[in-house]
Amino acid sequence: MSASAILAQTAAEAKNAAAAGTAGFGYGLAAIGPGIGIGYLVGQSVQAMARQPEAAGMVRTTMFLGIAFTEALALIGFVVFILLKFA
Amino acid sequence: MGQAVLTRLEGPAPETAIAADLIKRAAMVAPAAIVVFGMVWHLGGAISTAFAIALVVGNFALAAFMMSYTAKISVGLMMGTALFGYMLRLGLIMLAFFLVKDTWWMKEGIVPFGITLVVTHLALLFWEMKFISASLAFPGLKPGVSKES
Repeated sequence: MSASAILAQTAAEAKNAAAAGTAGFGYGLAAIGPGIGIGYLVGQSVQAMARQPEAAGMVRTTMFLGIAFTEALALIGFVVFILLKFA
Repeated sequence: MGQAVLTRLEGPAPETAIAADLIKRAAMVAPAAIVVFGMVWHLGGAISTAFAIALVVGNFALAAFMMSYTAKISVGLMMGTALFGYMLRLGLIMLAFFLVKDTWWMKEGIVPFGITLVVTHLALLFWEMKFISASLAFPGLKPGVSKES
């Protein structure tokens, strides 16, 4: 194998490794935002339930939907990660 | 007189009802999605679409179960479960994907898998949100409420 072919192969491998690393890093970043969001959301919901226990059912309903919506952001990050790395 | 300090949530759990609704709707939508993606991405696409829908449904069911179970024990535990449960469920989705990523159907249908995962999750949520918004704004429209009351 010639030196240029070895260099080209090494460059391609380095590029693939960099792409995988970037995708993983991006997924990690994408999971941080929803984590903060869910923490804030649940904290505020518990405060609302503590202040007005009779509205707990409504608050829990809204909270659960809010958590699921926030989680969609992390799912999008996950999908982008797998598509960049494996597609 | 009510409890002075709210430490746990008793009574029916709305999370379970929401998750049951979402699962019912997913069961209605799943055949159409599987057929459509199967026509575009062939058998591999159909299988990976079904797998993605199963993951979304399992995710909702697990979230609802964990929240409703821990809410009966303690509100603090429910808060912890909301955050760590989120991490756990993301990890489980990732694990489920990595377990099947080398199968022929996932290699063939990774794109429909990704699309279905996000679109089904969001579509089911919007569907449920629309229903819940109407129920909260107009409780009389809620199914099961009699006209006389």
